[in-house]
Amino acid sequence: MSGSTDSPRTAVSNPPVQPMASNLGAGDVIRRSATSELPPPTRQLTPVAKLIDVSKCIGCKACQSACIEWNDTHPAIGENVGVYENPHDLTENMFTLMRFTEWVNPATDSLEWLIRKDGCMHCADPGCLKACPAPGAIVQYSNGIVDFIHENCIGCGYCVKGCPFNIPRISKADHRSYKCTLCSDRVAVGQGPACAKACPTQAIVFGTKEDMKKHAEGRIADLKSRGYDQAGLYDPPGVGGTHVMYVLHHADKPQIYAGLPENPSISPLVQSWKGVTKYVGIAAMGFMAVGSLVHGVFGRANRVTREEEEAAERLVDSAGPPPPGPRP
Amino acid sequence: MTNAWTDIKNTDLVVVMGGNAAEAHPCGFKWVTEAKAHRGAKLIVVDPRYTRTASVSDVYAPIRQGSDIAFLNGVINHCIQNDKVQWEYTKAYTNASFIVKEGFGYADGLFTGYDEEKRDYDRSSWDYEFGEDGFAKVDPTLTHPRCVWNLLKQHVAAYTPELVERICGTPRQKFLQIAQMIGECSSPVKTMTSMYALGWTQHSHGAQNIRAMAMLQLILGNIGVRGGGMNALRGHSNIQGLTDLGLMSHLLTGYLNMPTEKEPDYKTYLSSRQFRPLRPGQTSYWQNYSKFMVSFQKAMWGDAATAENDWCYHYIPKLDVPAYDILRMFELMNHGKVNGYLCQGFNPVLAFPNRGKVVAGLSKLKFLVTMDPLETETARFWENHGPYNDVDTKAIQTEVFQLPTVCFAEDQGSLTNSGRWLQWFWPAATPPGEAKADTWIMAQIFLRMREMYRKEGGAFPDPILNLSWQYHNPGEPEPEELAKEINGRALTDLRDPADPSKILVAAGKQVVNFSQLRDDGSTMSGCWIYSGCFNEAGNNMARRDNHDPDNTGAHPNWTFAWPLNRRTLYNRASADLDGKPWDPSRKLLEWDGAKWTGYDVPDIAPTAKPRDVMPFIMNQEGVSRLFARGMLRDGPFPAHMEPFESPIANPFNPKMRGNPVARIFESDVAQFGTSEEFPYAATSYRLTEHFHYWTKHNRVNAALQPEFFVELSEELAREKGITLGGWVRVWSKRGSVHAKAVVTKRIRPLICDGKTVHVIGIPLHWGFVGAAKKGFGPNSLSPFVGEANIETPGYKAFLVNIEPSNGPGGVTA
Amino acid sequence: MSTPPRPAKPRLVYAQPGDAVEPGHPVTVSRYGPWARVNHWITASSLILLAISGLALFTPALFFLTTLFGGGQNTRALHPWIGVLLFVSFFVFFAQLWRANLPAKVDVVWLSKIKDVVGGHEENLPELGKYNAGQKFIFWGMAALILLLIATGVMIWEQYFSAYFGIPLRRWAVLVHSIAAVLIICIFILHVYAAIWTRGTLRAMTRGTVTGGWAWRHHRKWLRELAGLRRRGPAE
Repeated sequence: MSGSTDSPRTAVSNPPVQPMASNLGAGDVIRRSATSELPPPTRQLTPVAKLIDVSKCIGCKACQSACIEWNDTHPAIGENVGVYENPHDLTENMFTLMRFTEWVNPATDSLEWLIRKDGCMHCADPGCLKACPAPGAIVQYSNGIVDFIHENCIGCGYCVKGCPFNIPRISKADHRSYKCTLCSDRVAVGQGPACAKACPTQAIVFGTKEDMKKHAEGRIADLKSRGYDQAGLYDPPGVGGTHVMYVLHHADKPQIYAGLPENPSISPLVQSWKGVTKYVGIAAMGFMAVGSLVHGVFGRANRVTREEEEAAERLVDSAGPPPPGPRP
Repeated sequence: MTNAWTDIKNTDLVVVMGGNAAEAHPCGFKWVTEAKAHRGAKLIVVDPRYTRTASVSDVYAPIRQGSDIAFLNGVINHCIQNDKVQWEYTKAYTNASFIVKEGFGYADGLFTGYDEEKRDYDRSSWDYEFGEDGFAKVDPTLTHPRCVWNLLKQHVAAYTPELVERICGTPRQKFLQIAQMIGECSSPVKTMTSMYALGWTQHSHGAQNIRAMAMLQLILGNIGVRGGGMNALRGHSNIQGLTDLGLMSHLLTGYLNMPTEKEPDYKTYLSSRQFRPLRPGQTSYWQNYSKFMVSFQKAMWGDAATAENDWCYHYIPKLDVPAYDILRMFELMNHGKVNGYLCQGFNPVLAFPNRGKVVAGLSKLKFLVTMDPLETETARFWENHGPYNDVDTKAIQTEVFQLPTVCFAEDQGSLTNSGRWLQWFWPAATPPGEAKADTWIMAQIFLRMREMYRKEGGAFPDPILNLSWQYHNPGEPEPEELAKEINGRALTDLRDPADPSKILVAAGKQVVNFSQLRDDGSTMSGCWIYSGCFNEAGNNMARRDNHDPDNTGAHPNWTFAWPLNRRTLYNRASADLDGKPWDPSRKLLEWDGAKWTGYDVPDIAPTAKPRDVMPFIMNQEGVSRLFARGMLRDGPFPAHMEPFESPIANPFNPKMRGNPVARIFESDVAQFGTSEEFPYAATSYRLTEHFHYWTKHNRVNAALQPEFFVELSEELAREKGITLGGWVRVWSKRGSVHAKAVVTKRIRPLICDGKTVHVIGIPLHWGFVGAAKKGFGPNSLSPFVGEANIETPGYKAFLVNIEPSNGPGGVTA
Repeated sequence: MSTPPRPAKPRLVYAQPGDAVEPGHPVTVSRYGPWARVNHWITASSLILLAISGLALFTPALFFLTTLFGGGQNTRALHPWIGVLLFVSFFVFFAQLWRANLPAKVDVVWLSKIKDVVGGHEENLPELGKYNAGQKFIFWGMAALILLLIATGVMIWEQYFSAYFGIPLRRWAVLVHSIAAVLIICIFILHVYAAIWTRGTLRAMTRGTVTGGWAWRHHRKWLRELAGLRRRGPAE
């Protein structure tokens, strides 16, 4: 691990014995939701990444358990619905979830049990942050972590729509959005994420994004030597790359891993909602308001004339059917 | 384990069979992923279910539970037929060349000497031919028709790939692929490791399952080498410690045996144990038996143990039956012959087979004492929990004393892991409420009982009155005091036999290790194999030096491994007859011309010349045994035996049921089901989300796997109209449970002996107390039968039936 | 309309129940009853609150408006409930007015002379019933957009309905909701401005009446019908 001025290089190291000040502050924020004029970051942290090697994962859920413990969440004790996923989905109390897929490989006709740890991908181009209307509810640090600042969250669920991976969950209790923080509070004090620390097979590793990519290369070479020709790294460019990456045995078919999107990007609907709609909409409303104003100022008010009042009086007073009176 | 967890990283091939390392031992399994990632090792999984271990395997093959011997004998046959044998190793380090007595034979699934009445063998023919000199006869050319090698070859010849497929249901091609991969490890520079657990032990023929793999490992030259070995993955953090310290009715500590009624005096007892070598020049370490035994007796009774009274041999109970194992205890309980039961860290209501019988037994007790950090079903067996524990509380008169104990994190002491490492641990938290250390509880009970014996006398108060109890605080012996006692110390000055003026260990000092123990009453040691754990150098179990010279995985200064801090057992076998490592890149030991050097503590004397002393010093032969003589009750070679409840008849002998010598209580015979009534083959197992019946108390684990379920194939689900996540009823001749159905592709029907065999998987983590949803366990269904040699209950292969249901409260559909 | 009016109870063509004329100087014409007015103002205030809270969430530049509601959380929580209120009150209103807002042939003529409308050259326009085409457009536009807003609003109402709609659908919903909101605000501006520009209109929604001259100028057919009714007796 390098000095205290930058990102931690691993999740394996033990915690420092001395208390440390947080090394992730306002000066490290590079994007802030619903904030256009952000002061420039005071420094550039080394980008970090969590690499999840699906081929090494044994689905033990130690990551889930560590996540619950570290974040002190309270997932409900549910019931069995015939599958191994428990809880059955990500929730505001379960930021990461092992998703199990029984897949018969058509090439070999043999069963593969694909187990993918689902959770926030920490996109370089985060859809949640783009969609978020609440200033400062979502921030992105220069080390790549996308974090939810709960006191600023208003619970609108826009992040849910913005996310290409279906990750954020809104608490029914406090109406705030929750997801994996990449253990920003641990990373801030030189620690790796709790899940990576707990992973018994080091299927989850943590370090600089560059190191993780290198590590992935070795893993991919190993998988290729075992006949997984399409083994590869999942670091989707559509969202600018992610700070949580996967090593997949079948990188050509990410969807088989419980619907991992093939080429994720922020939905064009969200793009146009937060983009063109916003600008055109404001323009249209402005145009209407200004147009009315101009018409009101320069135009003549549409007033009723005395003649018209009299005509009406005549009409009402007359006994017979009113004659087709002259038009005023 | 012959090797250590950390050594698994050195392997080329991991075979997980009879276990599910990734799920049941996820932390240890990291060494498999290390071997895969850094050595390019391959992983083979053979299991009735496609497990989470299988999910990271290179090759997976299905197998019918209980048919492992057929599979392994098939692999041995394949290796012999295809010359995939590490010949030099096999010839030098196994008893392949030993000549077996005339009269030994095998036919119709039975070895010679079978007595159907007694359900036992006369094992006299299962032995070597001995010469005039008293040594076993050998034929190093392996041409003698009755040499072990030729008998083995003959024995396994029947296990063709076709027969393996017929018995195991493993597709022939998969079997051959695996046999070929295993065969490649006969190369001296390729090793394979076997990782197994209760999937092999919990059968009526459990020991033979393990023997079959051990024999395969021997002919491949994989025992004693880095990355090899027979690696039993122990099911609890300290279950290795339990066996080492002899917490079994037929064992004393350190694998010394309990005397039997036929051994009324010490001399008789010793005569059958102090083995002399069967080959010239061999060590036969058990020659030191009396040193360990006397030291143990001195630890027990101190000054009361003297040469004159045979070191208080008469204090030690003499067994009238082979063992008072748990099955026998509950059988006796059901007969009203057991009044009280002290249940320490056990939960028999969920852990022992045939729960109905267990609860009936507990209901007949006068008193039951439970000592556990958690609420257990056993402590609450009398409480009605509707369908989950449907007992008539009023009819149960058992008085239950529930004593809360500290849990591991609130205590200090040592845990012995699978790799035989004694790892000291420190308390991380203060025990809650009235929880007390087990040592406190036991001491308090002992002191009170001793007082009663002192005041009131009794039939035989001496063993209790004279029990050595020299602790600083008699009411609560400290873990370090106990550890020191286990290590042993000199009671008088120990002088060098060669030079009596030299004192090796002064009176009162800790012995360095068991090599200093004596049988003249001058030393004491509570458990000889642990000796060395806490000597004058301090508490070696507390060492935490993680250095690992040359990355061998030995970590010699990390805690203490028994025996003598040896990390790999039989490590002498890692080198050839001349003492050169088989694989220089995987050197453990090497003969430098004067002594053995290397990374581990050699298991033969450090100066024993290479060709003189063979590696397997605990065997009288000095070599390992492909032929086990009469040491196992059910055969010198592993032979295929069906489970007592099996979907097919034994192809070798259709009339033979189960293990022909396994003990069956009369009352249990009627409770065996047939495949007509119960067509489906059930097995039990753990899930990675839980540890036994403990973690259901923990909200996190409970959330990760909340509710009892059974697993079955899509095919069977279709046939029975069972839906994913729907309720099913599963029942055997002994009980009935309701579970949620996990319908999966990971279990596929097997074709065995021309018959479709459906497998039903039953995990074991649910009961009626705790945070998780109430549920059942497989022990409501499993049969009351133990392993033929050691009486480990068989949970892994039995028969059940299944149907959709409306849940435990509902009316059966 | 082709059905001949029954002599006893004449069929109203332009006027609505409750509409009446009162002779005087000027003539007073009842245009909206008290319930219609209450309804209108509930709808109007809801729409204003919705526009403010919606705009606050629509663009960060206006997020400060959430303080009017006691913060972002309250804004997020209140907005959909106000929406429900608007929906209910508007559609009660709708039930009262829809008949008078059915399109007529004359609307086409009126629209073809939109320049005269904007220029205030009422004299060039045809005689109209209770509503002109512009008012009808506002009425139907509001109705359609409110339907769209309530439908899409429910889809994106995280608190209660997130489980019932998929995310892709919710993305469509949020986009449609914001476009519809923009449009309804535009219509709203048009409506408010027209009411102000056309002097004498506001009192229809305050006092409920307009002057005869106003009716003569803008909705003469309506006035004629009401005057005729007066001769024959009050409308039902």
